[in-house]
Amino acid sequence: MIAEAGLAALWLAAALAGLQLALAFGLGGEKGRSVSTIRGVALAQGLLTLLAFGALISVFLNSDMSVLLVAENSHSEKPWLYKFAGAWGNHEGSMLLWVAVLALSGAVVALFERRLDDRTLGATLGAQAALALGFFAFLLFASNPFERLDPAPIDGRGLNPLLQDPGLAFHPPTLYLGYVGLSVAFSLAVGGLIRGNFGSAIARAMRPWVLAAWVLLTLGITAGSYWAYYELGWGGWWFWDPVENASLMPWLAATALLHSVNVLAARDGLRAWTMMLALIAFSMSMVGTFLVRSGILTSVHSFAVDPTRGTFILALLAIYIGGALILFALRIAHVKEGAPFELVSREGGLVANNLILSVILGIVFVGTLYPLIAEALSGEKLSVGPPYFDSVASPMALVLAALMMIAPQLKWRRDAAPILPRLAPGLLVAVAALAATFILTPNIGMLPRLGLAIGAGLLPASLLPLFGRSLRRTPLSIWGMAIAHLGVAVAILGMASDSAFTEEKLAAARPGETVSVGPWLVEFRQVMPVAGPNWTALEAELRASKGSGAVVLNPQSRYFPSPPTTTNEAAIDTSWNGQLYAVLGERDEQGRWQLRLWWKPFVTLIWLGGILIALGGAIALVGRMVRERRQRIRGEEAFL
Amino acid sequence: MKVKPKHQRLVLVVLAATAMIGAVLLAMWGLQDRAAYFVTPSDIAAKKVPADKSMRLGGMVVKGSLKRDPDGITIRFTVTDGKAETPVVFRGITPDLFKEGSGVVAEGRLDPNGLFVADNILAKHDERYMPPQMANEAVPR
Repeated sequence: MIAEAGLAALWLAAALAGLQLALAFGLGGEKGRSVSTIRGVALAQGLLTLLAFGALISVFLNSDMSVLLVAENSHSEKPWLYKFAGAWGNHEGSMLLWVAVLALSGAVVALFERRLDDRTLGATLGAQAALALGFFAFLLFASNPFERLDPAPIDGRGLNPLLQDPGLAFHPPTLYLGYVGLSVAFSLAVGGLIRGNFGSAIARAMRPWVLAAWVLLTLGITAGSYWAYYELGWGGWWFWDPVENASLMPWLAATALLHSVNVLAARDGLRAWTMMLALIAFSMSMVGTFLVRSGILTSVHSFAVDPTRGTFILALLAIYIGGALILFALRIAHVKEGAPFELVSREGGLVANNLILSVILGIVFVGTLYPLIAEALSGEKLSVGPPYFDSVASPMALVLAALMMIAPQLKWRRDAAPILPRLAPGLLVAVAALAATFILTPNIGMLPRLGLAIGAGLLPASLLPLFGRSLRRTPLSIWGMAIAHLGVAVAILGMASDSAFTEEKLAAARPGETVSVGPWLVEFRQVMPVAGPNWTALEAELRASKGSGAVVLNPQSRYFPSPPTTTNEAAIDTSWNGQLYAVLGERDEQGRWQLRLWWKPFVTLIWLGGILIALGGAIALVGRMVRERRQRIRGEEAFL
Repeated sequence: MKVKPKHQRLVLVVLAATAMIGAVLLAMWGLQDRAAYFVTPSDIAAKKVPADKSMRLGGMVVKGSLKRDPDGITIRFTVTDGKAETPVVFRGITPDLFKEGSGVVAEGRLDPNGLFVADNILAKHDERYMPPQMANEAVPR
């Protein structure tokens, strides 16, 4: 019953999306009254989609095995959190979540957007409806989450044990909110292009969405990275896996957009460029969805390989991205040139930021799609992995970080004052750090060495824009920028430290033996059987000591009966200066156990940096909203 | 440097175009010797595969071929695609789903003696997942 209600809600929402599209571009979209109708339709569409998603969660929580999706992906013995999160731990459910966020974003725009004129808002909601319509069709015709199974099995197949982790409850929804939040920027750009509105009003409407989506993408990527780090047991935090790249590409585009939308909102410059980026950012979200959902690339995240789905999403992609680019090409001649600026200015710095981010995006894009293109053209099968991305994308990222030392301190329009005094603090620290690495650790690679130097220099440089201001009267958005840039410095230091100083030990040990890794002496005490709610495990007891203190680590080798799978659960001990990471392998014929140990100095800075970046974005978002509210109230008072 | 407002857009467009061309050139340069080709034991048997170049070897682990060296951490096994076989050596903990008779993708290099030295072993990640490259290679199940 609930499943049918969910399906009905989905059909109804799809019909409303069609109606919304028609109202926006067909039936007298010029009148003010029809905009309020469109607003209502968008709201109803969002609520119905939310209802459908609620229905899916309900059938998962109740373990309704007569629903095909539940039977294939859930199990009645599973802890409730994984039943709940299992609703989106599969293809159909995750697409429903995607569409639900898309429709709800449209509803929120319809409810709260007051900055835009009716015509532009109508066209924007029309574009949002057009997006929703395609993905509703995909859901209803190619991935129905509510399909019934008759006869119903006694119990389900269970959720992939790798996904049975609290991270699943948090990571995909956060990323999806970020991916799909960018759809609003896309729709606003389309609406603006159609109605010939390219000014700062569009940018101001776009900015909170870009900021919020970017904050969530940052959090989602950070969480996903940490999740892969501890769950996969490979000791790595980024694998340049196609799906990771699929989330990185929208993030890169959104980062560029975030910076250029500020120029448009504050200075009315970079008009065409900002519109283009808004189109590209959500296009990258769709490309990411295509890569993940079509199962076309080898990846941990591909749920199933189904050619019809891949073709369907590819068609949607071609329509939306192609349509948007054609619209851009047709309308771009009507975009008047924005306010002028000189090369050495804040705008100039932001243009450089955008160009470098675009180059990195291009490098990641080419590397991710190259295997597909090569196979299509020459039939050769190949994969592009860390050697490519590390050596091509990472140096560009360091160039960008170096630029961050000076650009935020430049003045708008033109900056004639000498640069060097403002650059000096960061530069001195960077040079000192570089010298220190040559003296203390002469044998590390060039890239981590530069990373340590530039990261260290960026620490003070990122805070310089706060210098000489009254800290209490500094706008929140400046604080946000400084904190986010500080986060970049922290993350770069963590990445460089991890790749420069990580020590790894692979050993076969009997209980009672001691293994050393980095500064740690690890005593392998024993292996004991333990049991969890839906798994049994062999658990090792490791006593790690360094000087006086000692910690106990318990890496496990877990066995899940449904579906029958073994997974490694790494044990991680976090101290202020790094992490000790232990994985238990198999036992050999002579009674020795495989142990893999890592000592990773300051690796936690990577995720701390990610959190700081997101925090900076959140602070800037709050600052913008408070300021706009104040301005609106002031405006209303002046009107009275 | 002073740019005339009239030419500003032109300068920006040229910059953007240069950046994009630069990105593609940089990417092509990077891909030249850093893309890992996917090979099968048949390719290696046919001597189509250069030694000492990073690549991925795909196939099934031959039943009964998995051996452990006395050091307890080095394993040796044979990968087959039904037509030819390649010996593989790997030092480390194998992934959770790695076992005899199941599909595997090994990342590494071929040494001059025809032994595949793997730095990394990728196995199927769940029951429904199979690397598309492997599905295409039609490995008998």
